[in-house]
Amino acid sequence: MRALKLRECCVGGTKHRVPRKEEGLTEPQTGRLRLQLTSTMESVAEVEATAERLTQEAGMDEDEAFKVVMAVREAAVNAVLHGNGYDPGKKIQASFENTGSALIITIADEGEGLDPDTLPDPLAPENILRGTGRGIFLIRSFLDEVHFRQLHPGTELTLIKHLTPDAQAST
Amino acid sequence: MALSIATRELDGVTILDLSGRITLGEGSVQLRDAIRELISKGMKNILIGLGEVNYIDSSGLGELVSAYTTAKNQQASLKLLNLTKKVKDLLQVTKLYTVFDVFDDEASAIASFK
Repeated sequence: MRALKLRECCVGGTKHRVPRKEEGLTEPQTGRLRLQLTSTMESVAEVEATAERLTQEAGMDEDEAFKVVMAVREAAVNAVLHGNGYDPGKKIQASFENTGSALIITIADEGEGLDPDTLPDPLAPENILRGTGRGIFLIRSFLDEVHFRQLHPGTELTLIKHLTPDAQAST
Repeated sequence: MALSIATRELDGVTILDLSGRITLGEGSVQLRDAIRELISKGMKNILIGLGEVNYIDSSGLGELVSAYTTAKNQQASLKLLNLTKKVKDLLQVTKLYTVFDVFDDEASAIASFK
């Protein structure tokens, strides 16, 4: 995995020291890792790799980890592609946090905004053969909570996966 | 791992053995181009082997759907072979499992085109 670009680490909303690269995402355990990235597919790969590491360090089983990582990747793709439109002048912000009882990941773009209530249902018979429109559906399917926040400009998705007692015990 | 595509013919069926990921930027375009090439050559029976595909994102799912509709519009058949558990789960949660003809063994898949 590429070295993580650690820029800021917060605990409880308070600025904390920036961890060294070799420190894990969960040190300190409730620390939050923030990334500011360009609107590229390389950034999507970095977000995906970071999510993968977060799930591994949380002790999630493979199936659950796969779903979380995929949902995070879909959110990053949405931010880079649909939100920022690959605009080199716009950034995406990602944060990763293991609270001990849940993984909380936020992905924000600087685009024109997204109203999730206007998205067509990809399971509807008239949409089932569409080539697009399944990203947000998969995110919602694979996570316990998904929250949208309008940033003016941009959209922030907060993705929450509750940790099972087994996973919590291994952290 | 990026997507690799190996093409072979068996009993009038063109089999695409895919390996890797089908995602935005890592295989969706390759798959689209491969299907379009087969359709343009008049191939009517297409079987996509997914046994070595361990990851498909929403873009990749969309590409499979587009491949299916492209084939259907040209009076060709496109079917799927050897889904991994993860890919099968994805097709089920998106209800695409009911759209595609899916097979677990190649002989049955080949026979289904006749």
